[in-house]
Amino acid sequence: MAQAAIELVGINKSFGAVRANRDINLEVARGTIHGIVGENGAGKSTLMSILYGFYQADSGEIRVGGKPVSINTSNDAIALGIGMVHQHFMLVDNFTVLENIILGAENDALLKSSIAKARSELERLEREYGLEVDPDAVIEELPVGLQQRVEILKALYRGAEILILDEPTGVLTPAEADHLFRILKQLKDQGKTIVLITHKLREIMAITDTVSVMRQGTMVATRVTKETTVGELAELMVGRRVLLRVEKGQSEAGAVKLSVKNLTVKDSRGVTMVDNVSFDVRGGEIVGIAGVAGNGQSELLEAISGIRQAVSGEVMLDGKPIDLTGKADPGELRDRGLAHVPEDRHHVGLVLAFEENENSILGYHDDERYLKGPFLNIDAIMADAKEKIEKYDIRPANPRLKTANFSGGNQQKIVLAREMEQDPGVLIVGQPTRGVDVGAIEFIHKRLIAMRDQGKAVLVVSVELDEIRSLSDRILVMFAGRVVGERGPDATEGELGLLMAGVEHQEAAE
Amino acid sequence: MDIFNAIIQVLDSTIRLSVPLLLACLAGLYSERAGIFDIGLEGKMLVGAFAGASAAAVFHSALIGLGTAVLISVAFALVHGFASITHRGNQIVSGVAINFIAAGSTIILGQAWFQQGGRTPALQPGERFEAIIWPGADAIRDVPIIGPIYAELISGHSILVYFAFAMVPFTWWVLFRTRFGLRMRAVGENPAAVDTAGISVAWLRYRALICTGILTGVAGAYLSMVQNGGFVKDMTAGKGYIALAALIFAKWKPVNAMFACLLFGFLDAASIRLQGSPLPLVGKVPAQFMQALPYVLTVILLAGFIGKAIPPRAGGVPYVKER
Repeated sequence: MAQAAIELVGINKSFGAVRANRDINLEVARGTIHGIVGENGAGKSTLMSILYGFYQADSGEIRVGGKPVSINTSNDAIALGIGMVHQHFMLVDNFTVLENIILGAENDALLKSSIAKARSELERLEREYGLEVDPDAVIEELPVGLQQRVEILKALYRGAEILILDEPTGVLTPAEADHLFRILKQLKDQGKTIVLITHKLREIMAITDTVSVMRQGTMVATRVTKETTVGELAELMVGRRVLLRVEKGQSEAGAVKLSVKNLTVKDSRGVTMVDNVSFDVRGGEIVGIAGVAGNGQSELLEAISGIRQAVSGEVMLDGKPIDLTGKADPGELRDRGLAHVPEDRHHVGLVLAFEENENSILGYHDDERYLKGPFLNIDAIMADAKEKIEKYDIRPANPRLKTANFSGGNQQKIVLAREMEQDPGVLIVGQPTRGVDVGAIEFIHKRLIAMRDQGKAVLVVSVELDEIRSLSDRILVMFAGRVVGERGPDATEGELGLLMAGVEHQEAAE
Repeated sequence: MDIFNAIIQVLDSTIRLSVPLLLACLAGLYSERAGIFDIGLEGKMLVGAFAGASAAAVFHSALIGLGTAVLISVAFALVHGFASITHRGNQIVSGVAINFIAAGSTIILGQAWFQQGGRTPALQPGERFEAIIWPGADAIRDVPIIGPIYAELISGHSILVYFAFAMVPFTWWVLFRTRFGLRMRAVGENPAAVDTAGISVAWLRYRALICTGILTGVAGAYLSMVQNGGFVKDMTAGKGYIALAALIFAKWKPVNAMFACLLFGFLDAASIRLQGSPLPLVGKVPAQFMQALPYVLTVILLAGFIGKAIPPRAGGVPYVKER
């Protein structure tokens, strides 16, 4: 094996109570492309930010070219020849390409000589790597593919030998991504070392030499790309969590309660995240949507719950259409019996600075039960909160406590209690047990199955494959914004893993 | 010829009245370009005016007065920086606090030190910045047209007036031709880009605030040591806010800022000139109307005539490292 360009030994990093990186070891050989895969929140970006001096590790050692180094600022990293292309470009939008390139790498106090040098240097880089870009163009007028190229040029201009790319294809069209890969291969041929962070397995298989898999802050495996398969990587990424299987009877599916037809949703950058998706959810069944995070599940949930405007598509709730491309808002959907437990309870589901009782009626606070004339009926709200606390075993049993002071599992129960106790016809749940302890998982699963047994339609989106398999009566698999397959609850992990990795989908397309 | 002389007089006072606005406006430009909103221009000018007049009266030196004005004003700018950069406080709240402290403390200290009802002692010749008469100004004063323009408009101002107008091209040069300017503009637009380029966001913003402090200090000194012969309570009279309006009006560009301040100065000069005398067609106009005109004009012009004024994108947002 060639000499290591970077070695990370025993890296640990915590943010408050969250351990983003635990005991990470990583070795990247010089002149190779090394992939790091993992789901969103697996700790990939944190690890690379440590390498780039944006964060400092709590413990552990970094070696560059065999020598132990300390990287305390981005300057240290740049001086060691490490360059980074961030997921969100670190460019000044109303500056020209040249101004962005020289920012922080100026020759002296006046700009004139720096600009001249950057101009000739850009010409050289353009010749050597085919990285064409108009040096006088203003960044915000360039397409994202070119903006990314400027980021790469910025790193090369600073003499980067090691280039870290964080989710580089997230914003690119497939053609732009292919072009990027050609550039990366060329950089590799010139002896540069490249670290590619992504959650897209296709990219890993296409251009990396070696690949490491991260899951929940740990490095779970490193493989030579040629010797592994998409299926294996998918399984390593998603992991198998020990989970108690909740007892449940046969489902008695009734009438269609939620029907989605040809739904297409774009994200804020204009990238199509949900692509012509159709499915039905009947009363009395739980439909689970599986998939590697980032394949459009979040956007699908947001659209159906009225948070994000859809581009096109028809959605029927209890047989009546709702206009998700236009005026529909979450409040209207609630009134029509659709309850939503959002994926991100901290930012969307709860106001952490509020007391528990306030959160337990949030969104339903206009309901007559909680009002006395134009004012909130505090007595009724407190009684209601106490009832929910008891029924859902929320601890500590104090409705006046600030919500931020509850544990993740109890916070999730607060949201679930709020949404389920409204007796909705359709319940949509995103990541029902993310960051929730084992005891609470079982409780939450039981409640969801109880909802089903009452004849409600339940749609569950989760990146935990075990959870999907344990809860669902039918499983839909999403990949790249499409539903690529439907399976029964007894589908094997391997089978679902392949679908999640888009293997069958690609074969069908080719 | 009377009308011509009247115009020259109005233009002359336009220049004099524009200077504090221009200095304050350029001061605001430095901090806002670096992403720090500064509603405390008014307060910093006021403490500058007070410190300048006090020191000049005590030490009998205009230069010591100016130096003290700048020093105190920079100190206040650093307080704003400490609150809003180091401790990521709300920049508006910090700015308003500075205005209040300035308004209160200048009166209290003035009364405690000089016992003249919050005023500072009237400055004697030598304690003020005197007008500089350009060579030949008197000789050609009587030449028609060119004479009065040279003698009244160009010659005969204090050094601070020339300083203020020299700061316009200088500021442009700093912003667009120096490393500091490039980084300062970048930190006001996208501090994360500056941080990842290995530059300290906080230090850069502090330096911009020091520039702000220097300029508001000079603006204050101009008010109490040139325009007036001493400090009078609340003598800034909202000029800091008009300067902010001018800054928005100028879209945060130095040359535009000069024209905006000249326009506001002109309105001010015209309102003084026209006070009490009827206007053609409309008749007599209340003085308050003319005084309100700069603000009204800002609103109208911003609403429809000069296009969208886009402030520096990171303005007002404390920088927190995150991803």
